[in-house]
Amino acid sequence: MFINPTSQHQHNDNTAWLDRNIVAPAATAETPVVLETKGMHVYYGGNEALYEGDLQFLEHQITALIGPSGSGKSTFLRSLNRMNDNVAKVTGQILYRGVDVNQPDIDVYEMRRRIGMVFQRPNPFAKSIYENIVFALRRRGMTDKKQLDEIVETSLKQAAIWEEVKDKLDQSALALSGGQQQRLCIARALAVKPDILLLDEPASALDPVSTSQLENTLLKLKASYTIIIVTHNMQQAARISDYTAFFNLGRVLEYDETSRIFTSPKVQLTNNYVAGDFG
Amino acid sequence: MRRLFDDELDELDNGFTEMGVLVSHTVQKAVAAFINHDREAAQQIIAEDHQINDREIDLESKSFEMIALYQPVTTDLREVVTILKAVSDLERAGDHARNIAHATIEVKGQHRSPEVESQLATMGEQTTEIVKQAIQAYVNKDEQAARDLVAINNQLAAINERLLREVYNQAQADSNVILAAMKYSAVAADLLRIADYMINVGEWIVYLKTGQIVELKLMQNND
Repeated sequence: MFINPTSQHQHNDNTAWLDRNIVAPAATAETPVVLETKGMHVYYGGNEALYEGDLQFLEHQITALIGPSGSGKSTFLRSLNRMNDNVAKVTGQILYRGVDVNQPDIDVYEMRRRIGMVFQRPNPFAKSIYENIVFALRRRGMTDKKQLDEIVETSLKQAAIWEEVKDKLDQSALALSGGQQQRLCIARALAVKPDILLLDEPASALDPVSTSQLENTLLKLKASYTIIIVTHNMQQAARISDYTAFFNLGRVLEYDETSRIFTSPKVQLTNNYVAGDFG
Repeated sequence: MRRLFDDELDELDNGFTEMGVLVSHTVQKAVAAFINHDREAAQQIIAEDHQINDREIDLESKSFEMIALYQPVTTDLREVVTILKAVSDLERAGDHARNIAHATIEVKGQHRSPEVESQLATMGEQTTEIVKQAIQAYVNKDEQAARDLVAINNQLAAINERLLREVYNQAQADSNVILAAMKYSAVAADLLRIADYMINVGEWIVYLKTGQIVELKLMQNND
């Protein structure tokens, strides 16, 4: 017979360590580049945790950063709004709407108002739901009760948690479920009207129902915000993101439209990683 | 988890190859039965057609199950999708082999044309060849071999044209041949369709390797 009996499914070999494929998303007048890194390197002490991390992020798009633990994706994310300033040395440019925010004379607090962050574990303050939302606003000197009320309602609605908490705004935020707390943290980040939301594995501590609610929230927020999300959940990246960047060993190995990353990535390691056939 | 997926993918892959071999043999037997006026062999092909259909259903169910359980992506996804799509093409090719078996039974006893039948035999050989090569291209996951199927398909189309002209001339010269002539052209059409389905299989092999969904015949014409 003409059939060769060795028709077993072949494991992909991992030899192509140096392959990279970075496809910059096509910016248009409607979706300009809002954030861009150029020549960014991050060092923890003497260790270089990130190099080759040039990426562009488009307005009102969701970009997922994926990669194994220690690949540099969270380091990259935290460096974007200079959360790493105290623990790492970040060199290179981080251009926010054309302005390099990785400079000493940048007002970091003002910059973080524009580029907000939501962390892996929900971290509401031990205060009421209401106070969680208005905390930063009060710190900034806003006192008008009507204005604060309005922002609380808008932010909670945007984070898709208003209906669940509108009757108990004075209750402790810590009494909420994990999923609700996380959406509250998003609402808190939205209250200061940011431009970009950075999320570091926001759903990793949530059950599937809360995860799904969070994802729906992010998809709605996309209309008004630019979102960059680190996730270990491949299906989550596939479900919600427009673009995906794959990090490995401190480098971005592949950056492309999410649909392409999950159907026909160009880099063998990306293929292996998203298929769960890695290492 | 990953090991299990690989094992099941191997199983799916082998199942598809086996079905391909079965279809390939069936086409070969159908052509031989028609050329040799072998009604018994034709009956057997018709009786065994369900084997091909059963395998299609098996492989489809297995593919659905793997998509639901493992949610495969990238090359894994493409392998499952390739099988899911190409398995229908194999099954349809099997149906056309069965049609040829029916024609074998029906044409018996009518006036026949040795000239036309000899051309049909050539077409049958080519068709058997394209089926074999398509299955081999799948086994080897060989994109170039998949693309090369178009050349055989073109030869088949050329023979078919000559054959139809011959059938027409004979029917015009002797009206007794008309019934057989209709069967001849039907069998030729079945052979062409089988080859078409093998081109489809080739297109899925290209997809498997590249992620591109292509029309091989169109690409050939554009060259």
